[in-house]
Amino acid sequence: MLLEIKNLYANINGNEILKGINLNVNLGEVHAIMGPNGSGKSTLASILAGREDYEVTEGEILYKGKNLLELAPEDRAREGVFLAFQYPVEIPGVSNTNLLKTAVNEIRKYRGEDELDAIEFLSLLKEKSKLVDLDQKFLSRSVNEGFSGGEKKRNEIFQMAVLNPTLAILDETDSGLDIDALRIVANGVNKLRSKENAIIVVTHYQRLLNYIIPDFVHVLYQGKIVKSGSKELAIELEEKGYDWIKNQKEELPV
Amino acid sequence: MNQNQLTFKELCLKNFEEFEKKLNGEKQLPIKDFREKSIKHLSNLDLPTIKNEEWKYTNVAFLNKEIFKVAPTKPDISAEHIDKFLFDKLEHSLITFVNGIYDSNLSKLLDIPSGVEILSLSEAIKSNNSNLSKLLGSFLDDTNNFFTTLNSSFINDGALIFVPDGKIIEEPIHLIFYQNSVSGKSLIQPRNLFVIGKNSQVTIIEHYVSDTETEYFTNSVTEIYVDENGILDHIKLQEESFNSIHIGRMDISQKRNTNFRSHLISTGAKFSRNEFNSRFDGEYAESMLNGLFMITGEQFFDAHTLIDHAKPHCNSYEHYKGILQGNSKGVFNGKVMVRQDAQKTNAFQENNTILLSDSAVMNTKPQLEIFADDVKCSHGATVGKLNDEAKFYLKSRGISEEAATAMLIHAFASDVITSIKIEALRDYLEKIISRKFN
Repeated sequence: MLLEIKNLYANINGNEILKGINLNVNLGEVHAIMGPNGSGKSTLASILAGREDYEVTEGEILYKGKNLLELAPEDRAREGVFLAFQYPVEIPGVSNTNLLKTAVNEIRKYRGEDELDAIEFLSLLKEKSKLVDLDQKFLSRSVNEGFSGGEKKRNEIFQMAVLNPTLAILDETDSGLDIDALRIVANGVNKLRSKENAIIVVTHYQRLLNYIIPDFVHVLYQGKIVKSGSKELAIELEEKGYDWIKNQKEELPV
Repeated sequence: MNQNQLTFKELCLKNFEEFEKKLNGEKQLPIKDFREKSIKHLSNLDLPTIKNEEWKYTNVAFLNKEIFKVAPTKPDISAEHIDKFLFDKLEHSLITFVNGIYDSNLSKLLDIPSGVEILSLSEAIKSNNSNLSKLLGSFLDDTNNFFTTLNSSFINDGALIFVPDGKIIEEPIHLIFYQNSVSGKSLIQPRNLFVIGKNSQVTIIEHYVSDTETEYFTNSVTEIYVDENGILDHIKLQEESFNSIHIGRMDISQKRNTNFRSHLISTGAKFSRNEFNSRFDGEYAESMLNGLFMITGEQFFDAHTLIDHAKPHCNSYEHYKGILQGNSKGVFNGKVMVRQDAQKTNAFQENNTILLSDSAVMNTKPQLEIFADDVKCSHGATVGKLNDEAKFYLKSRGISEEAATAMLIHAFASDVITSIKIEALRDYLEKIISRKFN
């Protein structure tokens, strides 16, 4: 088992957002987590990546058998966890190349591998930038600065390709994308999909799941996974809307 | 008499005679009158106090408790002491001053175009240089400035650069002021005068350095005049001892169509005050005043600027950035004055500060005074911490807390650094930042 989330409760500033999440992810699997706004999808993604604004009050997360919550965000990344941000941050003055070079080498150092020399690194960037149709000119530009929404999301997937994570969490990577950009991003993800990794796709809409076909779909509502199923569940959700889930939930005995 | 009981002003006045006696053979020279007029004027001035609006955040009362040697001596210094302050792979002329005194062994002039004069003030005094007697003191107002008047009273050495019309000096002129005060605290008072003729161009680097522990007080004054169509690129670099005091002033007068670019890059001293006064005396001139200071521990740093738009159609661009750690205190006091005649002025001013600790303090006071009605002016200031969201983003890619912080500091400083034209100098500055924050 790559990832095991057990009975996870978490709050931000005293507001309880996650109320007992259970989720198991194996290598080679793609899981989609869907849900209406405010259901806790992004909170879950943020907690996995190690954002410090949240307080976990109960439960645990095991990643490769280790207690993930005890690892600093940078150590999670070095262990192979990657979060594609919903809102990628603009960092004027730090170039994409500089970010990736520092990241790749810190990760390699952590794993006891030699640092890449300039030539190896550049050929890695060149190879991976093709996956998401990213112009080489992007590399020398500041991280996400002045990028369009689509370019930012492509840049996230490009970083994912370069860092080659074991567990990738895509937080609403489809939001704000037109259909062409969506295809490019989804194609990139599909090419990275393998038996050696797992992907959690967090999304509000089913649209992205036409391109990245999930093995499992989970519906998150009011901080809990209320329904799990195969890819057909996503299509059913798209047709019936989230009210269907909300109504069902209300009918459940308390 | 116990000098301990003297105020700073009394100490300076009392020691003036002793200082003059040491200057043999200058009795008949005009510079003697200049000094004596100045010391007389000094006796009518007082050390500024925090009641003075221009010194509100900058208290110099501590000077009254210290004893300084007003006539510093120059120890023999080997080139190694200076080498570490040179920029790799840069062809340049070098003029070195040790404790404010010109050192010919540590200086080296490249071939310069004919008619250009690059020399020390002490040489110019001895040779009774005509430009010196004609121009010294012409481009700044010292009526009410205690420290400028003090500098004039003890004027003795510094750098003179006279570029006649139509001369382009390709290689930068690097002035190093290396202080090494071994016995007692020296009061070191360099006086520089740069005059750039019509259609001429030059790059000047004023570099104040010392070894880490040494104690002294630098009170420097730089006067600059740029004639029509002239271009001056000026960089002031300050890397001084944490035990030193630095009060520096630079005044620049710009004629029509001139372009003045200035950078102040500083890792501070114990106490520093850097005053820049820039004045447009002709139309269609442009000036840039960029600054970056990085202070820590108990350091105090004050950047005090005035841009005087006295003529129409001029552009000024000012951007100062500060990075404060420890218990350090920073001040930015920047005034842009647009006089009634100065229509079609463009003035941009900004000050951004990053506080890396909870106990660092920044006082920032951007000011605009506009008396013309057809101008475009903006100013602003920010004081904050490093962007947490950006830091988390970097960490989430596997980058350590320390490396992420260093990257964001480099990034914050980068727009000031990249606006410097000399690559070797940019590399040197990146190394300073890396040493400080990596």
